[in-house]
Amino acid sequence: MQIIIAVAVLSTIAFFAGILLSYASEKFQIETDEKTEEILKYLPGVNCGACGYPGCQGFAQALSSNEASPDSCTVISAKNLTKLKTFLGLETADNSKSQKRLGALIKCNGSDSEEHMKFTYEGIKDCQAAVLLQNGPWKCPHRCVGMGSCVAACPFGALSMGEKHIPVLDESKCVGCAACVPACPKNLIKMVDIDRRVHVLCNSTDTAKEVREHCKVGCIGCKLCEKVCPTGAITVTDNLAKIDYSKCTDCGLCAEKCPTKAIFVEPEQPNTESVKETQPTENKADKK
Amino acid sequence: MTQLIGILILSIFVENFVFSQILGLCPFIGVSNKFDSAYGMGLAVTFVMFVTGIVTWPLYHLILVPLQLEYLETIAFILVIAALVQFVEIVMKKTARNLYQALGVYLPLITTNCAVLGVALINIKRNYSFAEAAVNALGGGLGFLMALLIMAGIRERLELAEIPASMKGAPIAFITGGIMAAAFIGFSGLI
Repeated sequence: MQIIIAVAVLSTIAFFAGILLSYASEKFQIETDEKTEEILKYLPGVNCGACGYPGCQGFAQALSSNEASPDSCTVISAKNLTKLKTFLGLETADNSKSQKRLGALIKCNGSDSEEHMKFTYEGIKDCQAAVLLQNGPWKCPHRCVGMGSCVAACPFGALSMGEKHIPVLDESKCVGCAACVPACPKNLIKMVDIDRRVHVLCNSTDTAKEVREHCKVGCIGCKLCEKVCPTGAITVTDNLAKIDYSKCTDCGLCAEKCPTKAIFVEPEQPNTESVKETQPTENKADKK
Repeated sequence: MTQLIGILILSIFVENFVFSQILGLCPFIGVSNKFDSAYGMGLAVTFVMFVTGIVTWPLYHLILVPLQLEYLETIAFILVIAALVQFVEIVMKKTARNLYQALGVYLPLITTNCAVLGVALINIKRNYSFAEAAVNALGGGLGFLMALLIMAGIRERLELAEIPASMKGAPIAFITGGIMAAAFIGFSGLI
């Protein structure tokens, strides 16, 4: 008899607990928006935040309420973008292919010799931390700190630290999310059209004399590139050459003329060949 | 009233569930990596412990004792606690989604958290009245919350400290917990 009471009591307790739970799951049911769920399937799901929304979930909600455009996502593949646009009933623009793809550009050529260092930094491997000490270990105040904060910030593993303490971009992996941009304490990373090949790899606005003192491959503002450019795409302001990418034709004449090789023509990057191997050697600049 | 305040201090400091009774170490080590999730977990455990204390006391004294089923206390308490945790989880999923995601697997683990079951059993063992049992449960939860927060604060700093690679993570956390437990012995004799 005793055992039956025990079973009955426990069953009753379990029964009431079950009723409580089923009531709760009914009462606190989460209305899952089917449209949002469907949109989420097309999104990359990496939550990089390039679209400006908190993760893919937030972006999907914004899309489903027509607050955002699918084009805001720079990471999405062209195939999924077309599918997503079809799903949302938007015009499937054919120019999506010609739309320029953004990629990170590290605007430093990186003079690596020891004479250009102020001291050897042995602290935390972090650019922000290194900058706190005497504005970094390098003499050039604009030089890439080389501690790899942007490498750590990249959610896609597109950046890696090159031999010259300058990060190297793997163009096939870069999706243009710009997560690396705020990671750089020197503001060296710019988002540019990834197919562009000619770049000014320097961010120094110092005078020629100062640049010469702490770097061999920096822009000295000599204006040779400005003169040679057939389309007038290059202008030198504040001792720094700047390329207007809308006018640039990637002819590379400026790079040939540049005495310090601060202007640089990237080779086509069909494979994952790294940029650093083809960067101008310092010896060339030495002879000048 | 003095009695109740005494029990509160006793359960928070003198007989802290983590440091003095060595209960609930799973979330103590598992969720104390980040201060925010430690805070959420601590609050969740505090809430579950408090409700457990309130629910299990009448369950024992009004149902089990009259039916002479005191030996069923453990299984009955586990049943109630499991249902309660599920309930909290469902409510939290709806009302505090970020907290729900931050707690992850540890919220269901409260179900088998010995600190929660412990508070229910201690209430019975010490023959507490209903008010005393509620205060003891609340104090136990607050003590757990405090332990978790102190631990999370220390561990966030330990992240930056240079310690041998083999000691990183859980080992140094256990050593830290041990030293803190030794420090909490200082409260013994307070009540």
